Amino acid sequence: MRNRLTRTLTVTLGLLIVSVPLLAHHGAAQFDVGKKVTVKGTVTEWFWSNPHCFLRFDAASADGQVVHWAVETQSGPNILNQGFSKQTFKVGDEVTVTLEPVKNGRPMGRLLQVLLPDGSTLPLRVGDAGQPPAQN
Amino acid sequence: MSKHVVVPTLALVAAFACSLAVYTQGPMPGAVYDRDRPGEKRGPAPRRDLAGIWEPATPGGGIQGKGALAMDSCRRDKATGRYVVQQNPPLTDTGYATVDCLKPEIEPPYTAEGLARMKAHKPVEGYRMVPDAVNNDPILACDPGGFPRIVLHNFRTSEILQTPTHMVMLYKFQKRYRTIWTDGRELPKDPQQPAWTTADRLPPEPRWWGYSVGKWVDDYTFVARTNGFHDDRTWLDNAGLPQSDTTEVEETYHRVDANHLELSITITDPKLYTRPWVALDKLALRLQSPNLDIQEMECSPSDQKHYYEIFGNLTGLDPDAAK
Repeated sequence: MRNRLTRTLTVTLGLLIVSVPLLAHHGAAQFDVGKKVTVKGTVTEWFWSNPHCFLRFDAASADGQVVHWAVETQSGPNILNQGFSKQTFKVGDEVTVTLEPVKNGRPMGRLLQVLLPDGSTLPLRVGDAGQPPAQN
Repeated sequence: MSKHVVVPTLALVAAFACSLAVYTQGPMPGAVYDRDRPGEKRGPAPRRDLAGIWEPATPGGGIQGKGALAMDSCRRDKATGRYVVQQNPPLTDTGYATVDCLKPEIEPPYTAEGLARMKAHKPVEGYRMVPDAVNNDPILACDPGGFPRIVLHNFRTSEILQTPTHMVMLYKFQKRYRTIWTDGRELPKDPQQPAWTTADRLPPEPRWWGYSVGKWVDDYTFVARTNGFHDDRTWLDNAGLPQSDTTEVEETYHRVDANHLELSITITDPKLYTRPWVALDKLALRLQSPNLDIQEMECSPSDQKHYYEIFGNLTGLDPDAAK
């Protein structure tokens, strides 16, 4: 019980620090929350929609097999000011994706961070260019 | 490992470490929040005026993934023991909820029927959340979320148009609108066979957005009541709280000052809940520039279909184990 409580508190504290709520429509039931995987691959699709955009890319596994990855983000309007747009990725782009995988081991997850071919990363940090000037 | 691999990897790790805490439910591009105007002198509220474009005063403040009571349950006030609104709630694995917010004991006061309906709902957020593959949330098939879910689940930038006879609420989420009549008409007397008693003479029909009437109770407080909903085709929120054809919703809009409006919602439904309960407690909204362009946030069935082709039944836990 105590171990369980400690583990829960630790996970919660960790999440408070590194919370990455990419979801728009659903919770984290299927994700291995807190786990991070970094994969380098080639973009096969960037789908811009609501409630989730998603990025598909192919990567080589340790044994040389091609793995078809799919990672989701929030909906388009939610990630515009994080620097994403419908034009962010094109098929064939080489990207390095850090993601939170699903629990069942399939090559899927939530996109946490991506390194683009030009060396830049998304999402932008607060204060970076990309957000229109405030009005009012 | 080659330099070619090491350098980008280190850069990625460094950037990742710096940016994790900021990748949250982002602010609406072009919107102004209270944090952008520290020390702001608050001007007087205009009399009997709700018109304008409104955004939660805190980025993401209107998003309640964890359920209708969440806005009222993110922090327990030590003096009163009551859960109160926290303007900048910490985030956890559901994105928005704190541990306290997920406790079953802060559920609304269900009747037996209400409890049964709640348990039949399989939401993808809240403490009862299930994997996408086994959910039965109607909006995930692009059904209308209806009212009050549009507010209790996902209140985003919205515009209020005010005329002598009605208020029109234009919601960003799913790009929807509803009308609150202020022309003196009464709510449908039988919410299960709802119809206006006006010259319209329309036949009775239940509505996703209900029938709404409102009035000013003082110069700064507008109260609207809504009934006439479908029975159990809409949920109250993203956590699966039930709504029925006997639900009545009371909205209170309190104009606090020149730039702020507070929105509260009380739910009454003798079929589902043993007493009226507050689902939203003074959500702070901030007036935006009239030039602010509100983005689309439409639900496209074909987009949803493509999403589920990739993620639907392939994601998550073993569906059989989650039943």
